[in-house]
Amino acid sequence: MVLKIFFPQCCNRADSGLLVGRWISGHDSAVVLAVIHYPFIPGQVKQYVQQMQAQSGVELSVLGSWSLPKEGQEGMESFLRDLSTIFPQQRWLQIRRQMGKTGFTCEVLNRDQNGIAAQRTVKKEEEEDGDGDAEEKEEEEVIFVHYEQRKVMLSQLHPIESGDAKTDPPSELRQVFQTVALSQPLFFLDKYDDGPLKSTHWQSEGREASIIVELLKQASVPLCLLLSWLLSVWTWICSVRIFNFYPLRFLSTKLSTCVQLSYRTEHMKTLSSPKPAAGHSQFMRKANMLVSVLVDVALGVLLMSWLYRDDHITMLANTLVPAADHVAKELDQLLQWLMGAPAGLKMNRALDQVLGRFFLYHIHLWISYIHLMSPFIEGILWYGGLSACLGLSFALSLLSDMVALFTFHIYCFYVYGARLYCLKIYGLSSLWRLFRGKKWNVLRQRVDSCSYDLDQLFIGTLLFTILLFLLPTTALYYLVFTLLRLVVVLFQGVLHLSVDFINSFPLFAVGLRICRSYRLAEGVKFRVLCDEPGVALHLLMEINPLKVSTVVQTYQTPTYSCYPETRGSPWSRSCSLGSSSTPGGTKPPKAD
Amino acid sequence: MMEDETFTDISGKTISLDCQSHSSFCREFTVSSPKVSIGKVMVYTCSVWLLAYAAFFITQNTAVLSSAILITLVGMMFHIHFVKVDHESLLVIGSLGIQVSSSYASGREITTFIEMSKIKDIVINEAIYMHQIIYYLCVLLKDPSEPNAVSSVVPLFQSSKPRLNCLVKVYKSCQEILSKSQ
Repeated sequence: MVLKIFFPQCCNRADSGLLVGRWISGHDSAVVLAVIHYPFIPGQVKQYVQQMQAQSGVELSVLGSWSLPKEGQEGMESFLRDLSTIFPQQRWLQIRRQMGKTGFTCEVLNRDQNGIAAQRTVKKEEEEDGDGDAEEKEEEEVIFVHYEQRKVMLSQLHPIESGDAKTDPPSELRQVFQTVALSQPLFFLDKYDDGPLKSTHWQSEGREASIIVELLKQASVPLCLLLSWLLSVWTWICSVRIFNFYPLRFLSTKLSTCVQLSYRTEHMKTLSSPKPAAGHSQFMRKANMLVSVLVDVALGVLLMSWLYRDDHITMLANTLVPAADHVAKELDQLLQWLMGAPAGLKMNRALDQVLGRFFLYHIHLWISYIHLMSPFIEGILWYGGLSACLGLSFALSLLSDMVALFTFHIYCFYVYGARLYCLKIYGLSSLWRLFRGKKWNVLRQRVDSCSYDLDQLFIGTLLFTILLFLLPTTALYYLVFTLLRLVVVLFQGVLHLSVDFINSFPLFAVGLRICRSYRLAEGVKFRVLCDEPGVALHLLMEINPLKVSTVVQTYQTPTYSCYPETRGSPWSRSCSLGSSSTPGGTKPPKAD
Repeated sequence: MMEDETFTDISGKTISLDCQSHSSFCREFTVSSPKVSIGKVMVYTCSVWLLAYAAFFITQNTAVLSSAILITLVGMMFHIHFVKVDHESLLVIGSLGIQVSSSYASGREITTFIEMSKIKDIVINEAIYMHQIIYYLCVLLKDPSEPNAVSSVVPLFQSSKPRLNCLVKVYKSCQEILSKSQ
């Protein structure tokens, strides 16, 4: 069996001493975490290891000895060999390195139950002799895997396994990463400590910390308290009874601004919880939400600074009413065209005139409404623009709502056309069944044959013919208004998509992947360091960072995208059958 | 120990196989594809530019020329960074795992490491590839919870597509190591 020793790169030049680490169960490998230097008192070392084990929860133990002899330290080897009797281990590693040479040599001492040490020598130059005392002929090969301790400690292997749902034990690499990440208390002892022990690890040159991070941590607690208090006041206001009446509640689910508001409130609630994040996923989610809120607000403030400068609002308001007028005029012309002979098709004159006049009157009503509102538009825009200080997503959702309100007449036309068309199709299909002598059985939800009386057949066929010949007219009106509605829906869809994007894109995770790519690891990669014959194999383990597309997929915040108007094929199918995408839409008629 | 015999890939182009044995349980195999030939590059560039000049002659618009230059440059950069594979290597480390890496002509390397607990075996499979039946080397993966079922297949040497003689050599070497560690 091959013994794998994960050795930190920072300990390559450490002074001689004891190796502290963990044996990985089930995999014949060991992770070296730190080297405790000579001189030490074995009792204190044991106490320290136990203390660290209690603090970190990792099964630490003394793995063996490390010897890098400098000048004047000749007796070290025998001293370190004798230490194996003081620390009772199943296996004792003796790793040696010469200054100036790159390779390590390792001896593994195995202790059986009786306490008699049997020695197996590994990969030494005189291995061909065959030692007299080692009867077991199986060679224990050793691989040294060098890893960079700080990067492995901070890194998180993906796919992230949740701690509770573990059906099979984690793989070897995952255990290595977990061991290093959990052993943080071991890395607090640096060379400036006055304690009895001196150790070498990645932080032994002095503990690192950032003033900004510490200040932010201190400032975040009162901020969180303030935020949670504000949020509680806001939720109390929202739950006041007066807002729970049916029309207002219905409206608030339809207006995208209210939806966005509730969504952001949820986010802020998550952010303002005073407990620190437990686990990597929660931390990333909180960080992504925070960064997305900050970027949103920054973009919103930018938009506001552009909007309120140089009278842009007045300019916008002044173009809005003429634009609405222009749209109404175009619709007028469209209806006049439909009332004539559109595209050479011959319409039924009477129905045509009725429908055309009805819609024309509707447009007239709408234009008068717009003209009534025109003095208030600038005020509305001014106060609406203030909402951009909450974030660009709010400004966009407000814009989408305003577009919905201003094109309400197109929506009305669409609904009328759709209802008429739907009714017609329903009637046609039912009379078609009558024409063929069949009937829809409501009880059995299927088409059954049925014998009709003669007068039923006569009237049914008559009505069928009438409806059939009136079909092109209604179909054309329906088609035209559906296309108009489609244009509006597409525009709103683009706005909603951008709001969704702002809400869900994990900016923090992508930034982390670009700047500190070792923190999000997809796996590892190995490189062979030195392969001189007679020396154990040395490999360098580097972190293989996650792909950017996987980062976005793993860390995107779930959103509330539930806009059925923008769905593709089911929408087109419901369109052709005449069921409109309204909240109280009609059932699609049963086709046979 | 380094070896270099002439092998070919499935379309007859010469490739080279390099076997390095770092230790008795660690071996590395590198298959190198032929490099980008300067003749082909010149042919493509000249044809694109001739077309651009013809278009310029007709339309008298200098944007055609600059766009042709841009297209050629971007196309070449895209080709050497994303398309042209320089060499693919397989590093087998007994009882640790298998590392598959392909490096592109621009130096970009894509590496995947598969742990030994997930590897069931390395085999040579046959596949129907358009009008031919070719052999390819692949790694069979298993779920650690289900040691008898093959959960997925990772094909190796996809861009260089060596022929059977090369694959057999790699296969024999790998099996020596895998049989010891499983």
